[in-house]
Amino acid sequence: MILVEDVSFEYPSGRGEALSGVSVKFEPGEFVAVMGENGAGKTTLAKHLNGLLRPSSGRVLVDEEDTRRTSVARLARKVGLVFQNPDHLLFSETVRAEVAFALHNLGYAGKTIENQVEKTLGSLDLTRYADVSPFLLSGGERKRVALAAVLAWEPEYLILDEPTIGQDYLQKERLRNFIVQLNSQGKAVIIITHDVEFVAEAKPRVVLLSKGRVVGEGPADRVLSDADKVASASLVKPQIAKLFDQLSRFGFPRDVVDVHRAKQLLEDRLREVSVHV
Amino acid sequence: MSRSFVTLRSLEGFKFYGRKTIVHNLDPRAKALFITTVFVVSLLFTNLYVLLGLLIVHVPFLLAAGVLRRWVYSIRAGALLAGIIFFANLLTGSGVLPALALTVRFLVLLTTFSLFFMTTSPDDLGLALDRVGLVRWLSRRWLGFPNALSFTFTTAVRLVPTLAVDAQTVIDAQRSRGLELDKGNILRRIRNYVPILIPLLLVAIRRSLELAEALEARGFPGREDRTSLYELRFKASDYLLVLGSSTVLAVSMWIFVIHPVLRLPF
Repeated sequence: MILVEDVSFEYPSGRGEALSGVSVKFEPGEFVAVMGENGAGKTTLAKHLNGLLRPSSGRVLVDEEDTRRTSVARLARKVGLVFQNPDHLLFSETVRAEVAFALHNLGYAGKTIENQVEKTLGSLDLTRYADVSPFLLSGGERKRVALAAVLAWEPEYLILDEPTIGQDYLQKERLRNFIVQLNSQGKAVIIITHDVEFVAEAKPRVVLLSKGRVVGEGPADRVLSDADKVASASLVKPQIAKLFDQLSRFGFPRDVVDVHRAKQLLEDRLREVSVHV
Repeated sequence: MSRSFVTLRSLEGFKFYGRKTIVHNLDPRAKALFITTVFVVSLLFTNLYVLLGLLIVHVPFLLAAGVLRRWVYSIRAGALLAGIIFFANLLTGSGVLPALALTVRFLVLLTTFSLFFMTTSPDDLGLALDRVGLVRWLSRRWLGFPNALSFTFTTAVRLVPTLAVDAQTVIDAQRSRGLELDKGNILRRIRNYVPILIPLLLVAIRRSLELAEALEARGFPGREDRTSLYELRFKASDYLLVLGSSTVLAVSMWIFVIHPVLRLPF
């Protein structure tokens, strides 16, 4: 479990607190979305979870280990952080070497490295690029290589910073399926995003951040359909939630955010109507 | 606190933040004369008291600009080099006081550059450079346009903080992949920087290409008689600084000429 206890953090440039008194809990195997406007402190929070940043006050415990007393390399084994922009981490000559880099750093044996690399490349549909330079790949592919580079050592917690940025709709859909699949295999997945539509369809637990504070927390359909909470984090409700807002005068519930449940409700109503006719 | 974080923190001591204090509002040309004066005077004299005096002169400026804390970062960054200067001079037998004087001289130069860059916006600096005839002439000869050189300079200065942010992100990303920068022998440590430098270089190149395209799309460099929205104007405080600086400069030159005792040993 990752415990964030009353954490405040201020960058040395001294423009106020980036996080103030944040307390959250991330359970093993959980699927969470940390949402909020630009500058809300989402990435700052993410960097606290593997010890890249240490709290100015409060503490972060990763499986009861205080991040202030542990190295990032040690925490990274458990907490894998995938950065937003793949260009900030790709440097190897081949995709294979890129994916193997962290495994070497973390001290895995040669045979294990080979197996893990092949397995990860396969799971992300990158096998055919194994010997290609990552710089020759498209933006979406590079993003997948960056994900593979972290996934390779199978961290217990996987944090994805803005995974949907720069992805087209189809890629988002695939990413969502992949995340759900990972999560069902028992990995905790924490996504940092302001993509409400993506979150609405995936339905994780949502933590809303605004100006360095937690302003809302709960299941996606409850949080994302709550006009006040969504506005407090400078987000906009997902389209389905907007639709059901307007349909509420026909007796529909307001807390509908995903296509699947919307379809169910509308189908039921249409059946009722056709029975009456 | 991790080491890489401290290294980049020292950049804070040279980074501009837009604020409205009397020091920030000074004309960049007046400030340039001030640091030139400090530069020349500190090189003319090896006297410890003169150099300490020069250091103390900066205190009211640092206080008025509200950058005292960030100045400490730049001093902390220079601490190692200052130590080396002190001991190198001490060991070569120049005595404690001269060794101390040379160390203070280094700190004076560090402080004056730190103060200048912390309180002068790259835009103002570009405007000031653009007024210098020599810069315009050179720029026309080398690059074909009179304002291209000053723009290049402004852009370079402006990109430093951006590059520092990129560097921090790259370091964070690679540390998240288990890279430990200060692990292993000296060769290993140098090799540890490869995963930092390659992405950083590529990001910088990509950024400059994008910048070039964006500039061309907006018609840069434009015509010879390009005007600017903001014009630099000397205020009373600027005249005061120019008067003070030039007086000190003149007096120092005069003392330097007639009092060889205070002269440098070379």
